[in-house]
Amino acid sequence: MGDAEIIPIGTRGRPGRGTGTAPSSAARGLAGKEARGASGQGAAKAKGAGSGKSASARSARGGPRHGADRAATDAPASSPAPQTGQDSASEAASAAAAPTPRPPITTEERAPGAGIPVGDWLAAFQYAARELFGDEWEPELARLLAFLRRRVTGDYTVDEYGFDPEVTQRFFLAALRPIAQKWFRIEVRGIENIPAEGGALVVSNHSGTIPVDGLMTMVSVHDHAGRFLRPLGADLVFRLPLVGTLARKGGATLACGDDAERMLRGGELVGVWPEGFKGIGKPWSERYKLQRFGRGGFVSAALRTGVPIVPLSVVGAEEIYPLVGNLPAVARLLGLPYVPITPLFPWLGPLGLLPLPSKWLLEFGEPIRTDDYDAAAADDPMLVFNVTDQVRETIQQTLYSLLMERGSVFR
Amino acid sequence: MGSAGKTVLVTGVSRDLGRRFARALASEPEVGRVIGVDVVPPRGDIGDVSFVRADIRTPVIAKVIAKEDIDTVVHLSVVSTPGIAGGRSSMKELNVIGTMQLLAACQRAPGVEHLVVKSTTSVYGSSNRDPAMFTEDMEPRRAPRWGYAKDVAEIESYVRGFARRRADVRVTMLRTANVIGPGVANPLTSYFRLPAIPTVAGYDARLQFLHEADLMAVLGHAVRSEVPGTFNIAGEGMLMLSQAVRRLRRPSVSLPGFMVGQLGSALRSARVADFSPEHVSYLTYGRGVDTTRMREVLGFRPRYSTAEAFADFAESLGVSARPTERALAGLEGRLAGGSTTLGGPHG
Repeated sequence: MGDAEIIPIGTRGRPGRGTGTAPSSAARGLAGKEARGASGQGAAKAKGAGSGKSASARSARGGPRHGADRAATDAPASSPAPQTGQDSASEAASAAAAPTPRPPITTEERAPGAGIPVGDWLAAFQYAARELFGDEWEPELARLLAFLRRRVTGDYTVDEYGFDPEVTQRFFLAALRPIAQKWFRIEVRGIENIPAEGGALVVSNHSGTIPVDGLMTMVSVHDHAGRFLRPLGADLVFRLPLVGTLARKGGATLACGDDAERMLRGGELVGVWPEGFKGIGKPWSERYKLQRFGRGGFVSAALRTGVPIVPLSVVGAEEIYPLVGNLPAVARLLGLPYVPITPLFPWLGPLGLLPLPSKWLLEFGEPIRTDDYDAAAADDPMLVFNVTDQVRETIQQTLYSLLMERGSVFR
Repeated sequence: MGSAGKTVLVTGVSRDLGRRFARALASEPEVGRVIGVDVVPPRGDIGDVSFVRADIRTPVIAKVIAKEDIDTVVHLSVVSTPGIAGGRSSMKELNVIGTMQLLAACQRAPGVEHLVVKSTTSVYGSSNRDPAMFTEDMEPRRAPRWGYAKDVAEIESYVRGFARRRADVRVTMLRTANVIGPGVANPLTSYFRLPAIPTVAGYDARLQFLHEADLMAVLGHAVRSEVPGTFNIAGEGMLMLSQAVRRLRRPSVSLPGFMVGQLGSALRSARVADFSPEHVSYLTYGRGVDTTRMREVLGFRPRYSTAEAFADFAESLGVSARPTERALAGLEGRLAGGSTTLGGPHG
């Protein structure tokens, strides 16, 4: 502490407005009378590291006067001038304040990293690449660059629904995975009920105000079963800008009989949430009570194509945005099915969009086979309703048993 | 005249595609004679086609059919933009009244055995409630209310009425996807020729294309094979609008939907691009058509896929790599080439 060099304030700069050869009258006026009178000895008296109080006054007024006579003898400030009779403190003060034209300050190395040798750069780059991609960083990086170039040049293929598997795998699922694993800590059961190949229809309960459960199901199915789940979405999804585009890129298509049958015939794993908006928009008091299962359209699609129906029960999605209120007037105005009020939204603004970190359980039930029925079965409304009820009951019962099993919402 | 083959009447030969099709048809061995009809003479070489200047909007066309003893009628005189016809009202008249007159003439001509009508997939419309792929028996979710799509919907209903009344005539209706190619001038190609391509913000349309060569081929195939029915005609595969723009290496400008429409109107009145507001819904939602019937019933396979047709068109525009792409390609090349030097220390 004691050894620290004390740099008096104002000793390095030029006094006054700084451009002229003499201090401005304002600067001279600032300096006290006695200081001005003592200027003759003041400069000589100052010793060693100089004392802060008087130094500022001195530099404001004394410096230039000294500088003026020194400049003639002492040459430019930057050149190592011979020290003749004056002590170092006043020398420094006057030299800094010298009104002589100083040579322009130049920076020889302009690039911020120019001083670092190329080898170090390469090493740092390699280290970063290895950190990011692991030991196989070179092919990985090459693959990433190739991927970026394909994206920039449009050199990729989408299927007839607009599904972009590459971007889904690399971006959408990668972005959702941490949410699924770390935030909701999803536990998946009965994944073996999803057939390894061929068409199948996953039917799930729907909840959570925003269809986050659909996204989480997509991630879980992809990570555990290794297949893309192709969701069927309401027409509202495809009317919304951005949402509709992302949905199609992520593999969704319109929830209608034509598309469902087409996808199932094409051997895709299709996900459907027959409760629709009634399911996600139901109030908190009705949580885990299945709503009406549409008109059974998904069953007739499965019957027509003969694919198995896999019931899926999702526990935990109800609690992410507890829907405690609704704004029907605003919803009508915006053309939306409902406008939610949750404990956090809209009170906290965008922060209210943060889902509560509930613990999720996904249980895939035993597949319900439909290939035993004959071709006319899909046109038999009674049979369709029976199968619909069977699926609905299965999901509801599984929900109850999962709820019994679950200790706490957040654990 | 040798009665070796068919006698084909082709309407709308003054336009480029019609002229080229008629000329190609005339050189085929199965076809005896080709008579081209239009209000204005074709500008280019029509080869062996005999041109008759007749307006299909008038009963004159009936005399031509009777006199020339036509057995096959190929109706191509359906214009897609008011720019070609000289205004929306005359476009409507040419499309709808022309078709009515032509069908009326065909109905009275006992010799007519086969009618080929070039329709378009625009009849399916574009909306957020569309199925991913339209099959031939599907109806549009929103009936087209104006413009080209409405004209075509009306034309199709007249053709269906004709088919009912003259059950002995085989009617082939070809609903073609957007035709694209180096020599095609239609609203979509003029749209893609813009230096910066306006897109509807927040939406990405699914597009299907048919190469102009395939359009010629399918029309010829329809005349030869005489398979009746309605068929969707499109190249294989699907291209997103964003993908198409990237493949063209052109910048795109995202605008709200209504501004794209306004821009289209402005460009049309400035005669920069014949791109009208009715394309906005197509550029918003896009459209996909199922071509199973084309392959299995009609027995036609397009030579170009959607992507290939678009690549052929893009090549004619002169595609040059943009800076980002060059930089990425350079980096990639350096990594591939320099991997031995870079990999030195650790491997």
